[in-house]
Amino acid sequence: MISVKNLYKTFHNASGSVEVLKGINCEIGKGEKVVIVGPSGSGKSTLLRCMNLLEEPTKGEILFEGQTINAPGVNIDQIRAQMGMVFQHFNLFPHLTVLKNITLSPVLVKHDSPQEAEENAMKLLKRIGLEDKAGSYPNQLSGGQKQRIAIVRSLAMKPKVMLFDEPTSALDPEMVGEVLEVMKELASDGMTMAVVTHEMNFAREVANRVLFVDDGQILEENEPEAFFSQPQHPRTQDFLSKLLK
Amino acid sequence: MNRSLAERLYDDFISQNRYMYLVRGLGNTVLITVFALLIGVLIGVIIALVRVNYQQSKKKRIPLRIANLLCGLYLTVIRGTPMVVQLMIMYFVIWASGAPIMIAIVSFGLNSAAYVAEVIRSGIQSVDRGQTEAGRSLGLSSRQTMLHIILPQAFKNVAPAIFNEFIVLLKETSVAGYVGIQDLTKGGDIIRSITYDAFPPLIAVAIIYLIIVICLTQILHVIEGRLAKSDLR
Repeated sequence: MISVKNLYKTFHNASGSVEVLKGINCEIGKGEKVVIVGPSGSGKSTLLRCMNLLEEPTKGEILFEGQTINAPGVNIDQIRAQMGMVFQHFNLFPHLTVLKNITLSPVLVKHDSPQEAEENAMKLLKRIGLEDKAGSYPNQLSGGQKQRIAIVRSLAMKPKVMLFDEPTSALDPEMVGEVLEVMKELASDGMTMAVVTHEMNFAREVANRVLFVDDGQILEENEPEAFFSQPQHPRTQDFLSKLLK
Repeated sequence: MNRSLAERLYDDFISQNRYMYLVRGLGNTVLITVFALLIGVLIGVIIALVRVNYQQSKKKRIPLRIANLLCGLYLTVIRGTPMVVQLMIMYFVIWASGAPIMIAIVSFGLNSAAYVAEVIRSGIQSVDRGQTEAGRSLGLSSRQTMLHIILPQAFKNVAPAIFNEFIVLLKETSVAGYVGIQDLTKGGDIIRSITYDAFPPLIAVAIIYLIIVICLTQILHVIEGRLAKSDLR
């Protein structure tokens, strides 16, 4: 579904340039759940953000269903409408109610009728047990509620793949569980998922494959069982030993 | 000239309905201010959008470069010259055939736009980048994201500053008399020239401005309070 080919990304800033991704190749198949782990600053979020072109690759190719999406002339809005993304800081729209947050893009982008979009939104809210929050504003919600609604907001577009960028990193510990629960449910429904996270238990339970990214490269790639029990690369061993202590 | 204050007040305001100079003047002042602000906000938003677009876009296309250059030039000229001079140039040079009130509305509007543009630009830039990313990741175009997500929040952020511009503009229109418009200030001045009595009419004018500004400032505080309450981010 998503192929990343020889991806390079360099950021330029006042103090020079930093090469964040150094030749990444990976595939995410239909229905697959790929978890991307790695130390902070390794480039794993940038990799994820390149997949829907929130970051423009410096070099290389991103393919979505066989189509190169970082070629000139591609309507990226149409591609993004099929790819959901969930952010670390939720990024709900604070000036809109929960219901409006969810219905905005189905109405604007897919031209669903407002009633249709609202019905669908209420169904989704019911699924996560937050239908009573439809009229609330995001700042009246807890972090866990916000993130669950952010997930549902993406789902309202009926995406073919969901990208999760550290969805639980900004949450209080007691709220991590409720968000992971929604993600697990989504996974068991067969959604294709790419997840950047530090939740190793989630990776172990849900992932088909775990990618270890360090210093802009994929150093190791394996099934979760093997990845956690017999890490091959010394950097992976080092990373896991620090994390699982 | 040894008249009592009561006689002077009678002469200045009551006799021959002279208070109407102030009433009509106030009407013109409010008219100019309100419509000038509307023009200012409209053009200000456009300028702000051009400048923000220019700053954010990576590939700066030629039309955008030219638009940005023109906007920059506009801001420099408008903010670098006195309002009265701009008003007089508009009245005597550019648009000599126009109705004075229209000329004043357009002049003050164009002037206000330069200040409003910078306010709105800061408002747009104060909205978290994550909002744009969330909008774009949902498939919204950059225009839809700006219109439905960024601008509403930007306006909310700068509502007090724009309201403040309204207050500033109200006082600035007092120079409209330079091109023969009978605004509030000119109204007081006309009474002075008729009765040869300066103190009561001019003080009356000052008090009217003061009362309006105090009221508007109170409204501003209410707006700020409301915004702060709804903003628990």
